[in-house]
Amino acid sequence: MTEFLLGVWNGFPGWSQTTLLILVKILAILLPLILAVAYLTFAERKIIGYIQARIGPNRVGPRGWLQPIADAFKLMLKEIIVPTNANKFLFIMAPVLVFTPALAAWAVIPFTDTLVLANIDASLLFVLALTSMGVYGVIIAGWASNSKYAFLGAMRSAAQIVAYEIAMGFALVGVLMAAGSLNLREIVLHQEGGIHQWYLLPLFPLFLVYFIAGVAETNRAPFDVAEGESEIVAGFHVEYSGMAFAVFFLAEYANMILISALVTIMFLGGWLPPFNVAPFTWIPGLGWFLIKVSLILFCFLWFRATFPRYRYDQIMRLGWKVFIPVTLVWIGVIGGAMFLTPWGYLFH
Amino acid sequence: MEFKQFIFYFFSAVLVFAAAMVITIRNPVKAALFLVLAFFSAAGLWILLQAEFLAIILVLVYVGAVMVLFLFVVMMLDINLVRLREGFGEYLPIGGLVAVLLVIEMAIILSSGQFGLENMPEPPAYTADYSNTRELGRLLYTFYVYPFEIAAIILLVAIVAAITLTMRRRKDTKYQDPNKQIRVDRKDRVRMVKMRSEKKV
Repeated sequence: MTEFLLGVWNGFPGWSQTTLLILVKILAILLPLILAVAYLTFAERKIIGYIQARIGPNRVGPRGWLQPIADAFKLMLKEIIVPTNANKFLFIMAPVLVFTPALAAWAVIPFTDTLVLANIDASLLFVLALTSMGVYGVIIAGWASNSKYAFLGAMRSAAQIVAYEIAMGFALVGVLMAAGSLNLREIVLHQEGGIHQWYLLPLFPLFLVYFIAGVAETNRAPFDVAEGESEIVAGFHVEYSGMAFAVFFLAEYANMILISALVTIMFLGGWLPPFNVAPFTWIPGLGWFLIKVSLILFCFLWFRATFPRYRYDQIMRLGWKVFIPVTLVWIGVIGGAMFLTPWGYLFH
Repeated sequence: MEFKQFIFYFFSAVLVFAAAMVITIRNPVKAALFLVLAFFSAAGLWILLQAEFLAIILVLVYVGAVMVLFLFVVMMLDINLVRLREGFGEYLPIGGLVAVLLVIEMAIILSSGQFGLENMPEPPAYTADYSNTRELGRLLYTFYVYPFEIAAIILLVAIVAAITLTMRRRKDTKYQDPNKQIRVDRKDRVRMVKMRSEKKV
């Protein structure tokens, strides 16, 4: 049987073998990702439920474990309504434009030392460029819907993302200065040696800025003014229904997991264990990676249940007047420490 | 046709199409979106040249930031196309003259022989571990450090000038001082009043 399969495999021409292999790898990343997204929605409802002294969904399947599947079916069976005078092409394209960058960025994420689809040189920049493109889907959705509320949501989202993109980029400048590389895999390898070597400690202000800017970038509470249920109904996706809405929903959660993975890679040592001693080294690299990502994701849910929504002018003030100066000062500190003082080793 | 060539022609075709649509389509929002598509295709072409840093920066800066701001403004404008077309005949002679001059200039430059294929040697193929970013940084901060710094200063001056030109203090603005908001105390807001219960009439 295996010989027959091998024969079939060798029957393909060389170029198609590579393409097929890459396709299989892409599926191996995306299918678990979609599953993780589905169960992240479940985790969110459960965790927020317990924080608010409720039980959360517990009817579909044992202890509610089939709830995300039931939700997916419900959304798939619903009708997609296109509003009158909406730009139909852009209206349908908008969810796709939100979802594609959220998935494409996973191509360069290193899960372990060897487990990475495309180990490219400037992977940090690649991720930054792709995450900055997600805003187009939101803006186009708001504009193409031909609705005032959707348009207000799109405008808020555009202003917010432009403000936080800069702080995010500067936080990454600090990381690449410390690591001396734009490659995500090398950034993790530079943090080898235990928890005290992670960039969490020397780059702590940048970690905070990046994490909070990441929450803002994914339009999550307390920065969810683009949706703002109590102010502008549901913001940019108010006119969407059925599968088109589900794609927006999926993209938001895929982006959350992506930001968590990036925080893990850049500040929490990626797949490396916190201590290089026996009980910690028993868990494989992928295990540590998933544990750290889950921890950050828990914080995302925790924030949502804890903080009230920021007012629009407060968001702008935080982005422009607090985060950008903080990152600029810390980049100066890193540069000064690396070249002038004997403490340069702190930043490696 | 080699696969690389196919990619080149594909991205070039998309780029030329998108660029043509930017100036011909009526709706300004769609024009801005086509400009985004043009930038993106140009970035694809740069990747083909192994200039991955420039390509990603093009997407990051122009697609991710500049065009978002552009769309932000364009979407809020209520552009009346009829009024825009009113002065068409009036401006046609001057506009036409400028256009003809530009075409002649471009024809002179492009036909001068400087842009022939023989003047453009094929760029050397770099190995997989070649870091475009490192090379570019090294050149910018050593060989071109003064032009680079001067350009940065000019940009900074432009930013400051733009802000000073548009800044005005409005009297009716409802600005809240965050310092005051944080320092607010219970006694600033709550006044405890002791009084006897009132009798019903």
